[in-house]
Amino acid sequence: MANVHAIAEAAEHVNNVHWLWGKITWDAHTFPFLYDPIIAVTFAGVIVATLALLGALTYFRLWGYLWTEWFTSIDHKKIGIMYMVLAVIMMVRGFADALLMRVHQALASAGLFELLPAYHYDQVFTVHGVIMIFFVAMPFVTGFMNYVMPLQIGARDVAFPFLNNFSFWLTVSGAVLIMISLFVGEFAATGWLAYPPLSGLEFSPGVGVDYYLWSLNIAGIGTTLSGINLVVTIVKMRAPGMTWMKMPVFVWTTLCTNVLIVATFPVLAATLALLTADRYLGTHFFTNDMGGSAMMYVNLIWIWGHPEVYILTLPVFGIFSEIVPTFCKKRLFGYTSMVYATCVIMILSYIVWLHHFFTMGAGADVNSFFGITTMIISIPTGAKLFNWLFTMYKGRISYELPMMWTVAFMLTFTIGGMTGVLLAVPPADYVLHNSLFLIAHFHNVIIGGVVFGIFAGINYWWPKAFGFKLDPFWGKVSFWNWVLGFWFAFMPLYILGLMGVTRRISAFEDTFYAVYFFVALLGALMVGAGLLAFIVQILVSILKREELKCGDDPWGGRTLEWATTSPPPYYNFAFSPRVYALDAFHHMKEHGATRPTSGFVPIHMPHYTGSGIIISGLLTAMGFGLIFHIWWLAGITFLASVVWGIAHTFNYNRDYYVPADEVRAIETAGNPAAAGAE
Amino acid sequence: MASSIASPAPEGGYQFYVTEDPHHDHHGGDDEEHHHETGTMLGFWIYLMSDCLIFGILFAVYAVVGQNYAAGPSPADLFEIDKILLATFFLLFSSITYGFAVINMQQKKQNAMMFWLIITGLFGFGFLVMEVLEFEHLWHLGAGPGASAFLSAFWTLVGTHGLHVTAGSIWLVVLLVQVKMHGLTEANIRRILCLSLFWHFLDLIWIGVFSFVYLTGVLL
Repeated sequence: MANVHAIAEAAEHVNNVHWLWGKITWDAHTFPFLYDPIIAVTFAGVIVATLALLGALTYFRLWGYLWTEWFTSIDHKKIGIMYMVLAVIMMVRGFADALLMRVHQALASAGLFELLPAYHYDQVFTVHGVIMIFFVAMPFVTGFMNYVMPLQIGARDVAFPFLNNFSFWLTVSGAVLIMISLFVGEFAATGWLAYPPLSGLEFSPGVGVDYYLWSLNIAGIGTTLSGINLVVTIVKMRAPGMTWMKMPVFVWTTLCTNVLIVATFPVLAATLALLTADRYLGTHFFTNDMGGSAMMYVNLIWIWGHPEVYILTLPVFGIFSEIVPTFCKKRLFGYTSMVYATCVIMILSYIVWLHHFFTMGAGADVNSFFGITTMIISIPTGAKLFNWLFTMYKGRISYELPMMWTVAFMLTFTIGGMTGVLLAVPPADYVLHNSLFLIAHFHNVIIGGVVFGIFAGINYWWPKAFGFKLDPFWGKVSFWNWVLGFWFAFMPLYILGLMGVTRRISAFEDTFYAVYFFVALLGALMVGAGLLAFIVQILVSILKREELKCGDDPWGGRTLEWATTSPPPYYNFAFSPRVYALDAFHHMKEHGATRPTSGFVPIHMPHYTGSGIIISGLLTAMGFGLIFHIWWLAGITFLASVVWGIAHTFNYNRDYYVPADEVRAIETAGNPAAAGAE
Repeated sequence: MASSIASPAPEGGYQFYVTEDPHHDHHGGDDEEHHHETGTMLGFWIYLMSDCLIFGILFAVYAVVGQNYAAGPSPADLFEIDKILLATFFLLFSSITYGFAVINMQQKKQNAMMFWLIITGLFGFGFLVMEVLEFEHLWHLGAGPGASAFLSAFWTLVGTHGLHVTAGSIWLVVLLVQVKMHGLTEANIRRILCLSLFWHFLDLIWIGVFSFVYLTGVLL
């Protein structure tokens, strides 16, 4: 749809909506698969796959199992795993968008064929960014923090177990809305941060930006609640003896990450709410007329946006800080400096936001300030890299998969960090702003940092969660495809960016760029092979699980998560551990401590509840109603969710005691997975 | 190597697991069994701080675009400071009465506590009525949220506070029912204290709104 045409219809679409159907028009406007063959084929594929999945779940009678054991679960471990599953699913979707863009640009730059119309291409790059940040990277790191952190502090669950389940389902709710936008209506064509005035009603009258706003509003509430939950968990629920400076580094990075979440996601919520008000209530915060200021939005969104970068990277720094000592068989070099570096990054990340728009014209003094703070933030990050390197120095390094990902990260991330410092120089930024150099830079740090860290973490903690290791062969296939694919995909973009090619352009007159875009396409295909190999790795490992079975402590772990069985029983620890040293489990092993086998006592645990998924389901319907201006639907579902929430507070029977006999049965069975809820 | 930085072993050697039953001694033990009381208050504090940030953004937005009148009315043309002052006192008194409720709760006087909570709710309701009347007045003057960036920022800031007071009032009613049903149980005491924090927090925000938006608007 051309924008000009759409603007003409804007007034009608906003003011004259059907009382029952809202903005749903029962034509190609709302159901684009009716006229676009690409979407039609995708839609058919998704429908077939979904029906197959639902059919299989029904055939194998798994609905009841999923509902009682997973969807309503408030066990932090299961919620962590569900976050990971969500992230993998969304990663496939986000990667499909990326591949579509690479194929399109390669063909278009050679003057061969334009796969996508420009307006559709705009939606694809927008949804790619939104999905990869909010529904891939965020669920991955939140999943790790959920699964690992309570185990590492020796706790039995998080501080607010129900809230944890609710947060997860709110995230799912946002993801569902985005997936619906693929087939019903359209998605925003504005770029992943939806800058006004482009994202305002005047220039984006369709439902795309509304999908963007409501999915992020709903998912953002979940993220904030999860942040509060994990901060309180770390502050209040550490095992006796675990003082601040005896916490594993991953717990420290989790703490700083969640402090950042609590300190920035409200800013995102407020900013998006103001844009929502502009679109729904006719206010003038970010409009061109009536005194609005679009640059105010850009400032506000980046006050959230820059800390968000560190919300993603700090947890993976924590993951690497757990992996390096374990696979080098020595204690982490410079623990204290690691902690301080994490805290300094947490604080500095809040005062660098303006470097995302030096070209706004704030003046040389303001730009200098933000340029310098940006460069300073590379110092603690550099300190971390040296700490990992010095830990490896004279260590007995075993290059298992987690360590391979770590080394790849150190090489790749350093390059990305250096191009970042380059971009932090305002005069250089004036040249490189909005170019493919920037695109290459942030993919360099996000893929080279966050994604590599996620794969390192999955390979490291999979045995913890399931009791068997992941298949190393397919893991290595995945590793080499990802790492080499990354370099092939993004080095050409650095070069193109230096030549002045800007982002968010679907086609070019000059065929000179084609060779670079084809190399980038080759890289994207390799990354795709890496992603496929990762999924194969998981499937193969599940099939070969007897062969890959490992003990409770397969890597020679140093922190408390390895002190319990793998997989852990649902109450984590039959007896809370006491901590006397950093690397508490290593200390235990040095002193030959073993888990007690008698004297079990009842354990206090919370009940499962379906309220989280039910309220989130209602809010998803509310979001859909608001997007399509179906006011009755939005009103009813909102009221229903409030009523359900209040009703939930009337349930005072929240927890119970696991009898000592049950604990004894699980602990002495030899295989707690069989006896427990896993 | 890790042992070099370990705490010295206590008498009788390291005890690596908490093996005593924490439930024998209701308020003892150094484990996490009693996290709920303290954890909830800390969590609620952090929630309030995150909410405070939302208001912080709305205040900042008001500071940035609050004088962009777009040839429309300015604060001096619109605000009726005497009525606002009355509404402000409603809210301030409601904080005092909530304080009375908490004192009675601590003395286990359930009925007196409920009485003061009802008074608090009535003050809150009075405040909301005043606010709705003010909004209606502005709307009839043509000073709705779409009239200028100043009015967008004004309606959003004051309206968001009003929505919070509404939510707090609903919560208050729900709590009254729950106290009536279950008495002053540990869970209910915790909830009353959380709402107390919420209510005083909204009062504090309102003091900001009153000084920063209304007083400054009329004086300048």
